[in-house]
Amino acid sequence: MTEKNQNWEPWEVFIQPGQGAPHEHAGNVHASDAEMALQNARDLFARRGKVLSIWVVPARMITASSPSDSGPFFDPADDKAYRHPKFYTVPKGVRGV
Amino acid sequence: MDDQTKLREFEARILNGELIEPKDWMPERYRKQLIRMISQHAHSEVIGMLPEGNWITRAPNLRRKISLLAKVQDEAGHGLYLYSAAETLGADRNSLINQLLDGLAKYSSIFNYPTLTWADIGIIGWFVDGAAIVNQTMLAKCSYGPYARANLRICKEENFHKKQGYEIIVTLAQGTEEQRKMAQDSVNRWWWPTLMMFGPPDGQSPNSEELMRWKIKLYSNDELRQRFIDLTIPQAKAVNLNIPDPDLRFNEKSGNWETGSIDWDEFFRVIKGYGPMNRQRIEARRNADKNGQWVRAAADAWAEKQRLKPNEMAGS
Ligand SMILES: [Fe+2]
Ligand SMILES: [Fe+2]
Repeated sequence: MTEKNQNWEPWEVFIQPGQGAPHEHAGNVHASDAEMALQNARDLFARRGKVLSIWVVPARMITASSPSDSGPFFDPADDKAYRHPKFYTVPKGVRGV
Repeated sequence: MDDQTKLREFEARILNGELIEPKDWMPERYRKQLIRMISQHAHSEVIGMLPEGNWITRAPNLRRKISLLAKVQDEAGHGLYLYSAAETLGADRNSLINQLLDGLAKYSSIFNYPTLTWADIGIIGWFVDGAAIVNQTMLAKCSYGPYARANLRICKEENFHKKQGYEIIVTLAQGTEEQRKMAQDSVNRWWWPTLMMFGPPDGQSPNSEELMRWKIKLYSNDELRQRFIDLTIPQAKAVNLNIPDPDLRFNEKSGNWETGSIDWDEFFRVIKGYGPMNRQRIEARRNADKNGQWVRAAADAWAEKQRLKPNEMAGS
C-alpha cells in the first residue's frame, strides 16, 4: 500500500521551448519541494529538444476563472469593436496607418 | 438548469467537436468512464516497463541498451501524464496506484506475457507500441481535453519506440539462421495477444456504444484492430516473417487483410489474472513501491524541515 506524504503535492510546470518563446503550460508533476519539482519537470518534459527554462508553481497557488461565469466574466471583451483597427476608417489611398 | 438540459448541452458540444475541460459540467458516467479508461491506460504504461526492463542489462550492445533505456523511461513518463489527466477528473493518484498494487485494477493484457528472448524486445516495439500508436492517435482526438493532450504528447514519443523495435526485428530477420528463427518465434508468440490488445469484438464490448457517443473513442475495437493488421502485414512481408494464421487472406474488395478467429477465451483468462505473468507483474510493482518508500519519506522529512526553519533570507 503506497502512503500519503504530507509535503508531496502537484506542481504545475511551464516550459520555454526555445529562444525568445513564451513559457507554456506543459503539465504537472508531484514533488515534495520546489527543487524536486524542477528536477521532475526536467525529467518529464525536457527529455528531448531544446528547453531553455522551466517554471514550477504549486498547483494550489493558481487561481483560475471558472467556466460557469465565463460568459459574464469575459463579456465586456466581446462587444467593443472600437478596440480593433477595423473599427476605424482612413481616406482611400492613404497607406501605412 | 436541470440535468437533462445540461446533458443536452453537453452532448451538443461534443457533437460540435468541442473539447470538454476539467471544470466543465459533465455527466457522472462520462467522468467515471474516463477515470476508468485513463487509469487503466496509466497502469498499462507503468506495468509495460517490466517486460522490457527485463532485458536492459542484457541488451546485445550499447546502442540497443541506450535506446531501450530511453524507451522505458518514456513509458514511465506516459504513465505520469496519464495519472495527471485522471487527477483532473477528481481521481486521487494514491488510490489509483493502490488499486493497482492490490491487484484490483486492470491494465493491458499484453504485459502479462513473458519476454523470453531478445527478439521479444523488438516485437514489443514493433507490435505492441505499433498497436498502442493506432489507439493513442485516436485518443489524441477524443473529447476530453486533458486526455487528448496527454495522448498527443505520448504520440510524439511513440514513433521512435516502434521504429527501434522494428529495427531490432529486421536485424534479426536478416541475420543468421538462428537469429531469423528467434525473430519468427517471437512473431508467433506475440501476434495473437497483440490483436487482443484492442479489446473484445464490437458485439461483446459493453462500454463501446457510450464511449463512442461521447467521443471518448472515435473508432470501435474492430476498426482499430483492422487498421493495425493492415499496417503490420506488409511490414512483416518486407522481411519475410510469417504471420501465424493459416486463414489470413487479403480481401481485394475491401482492401483489408482478414484474419482467422481470435481466441477470446485466452483474452478473458489473462484479463481475469490467469496469464503467465500476472502475479509477477503485480509483485514487481509492490516491491518497487516498498523499496521506494524510504526515499519518499526522506524527501518528505527534508521538505518539512525546510518548511519549519526560520526564514534565513528574511533575516539577512
Ligand atoms: Fe507508452
Ligand atoms: Fe511506447
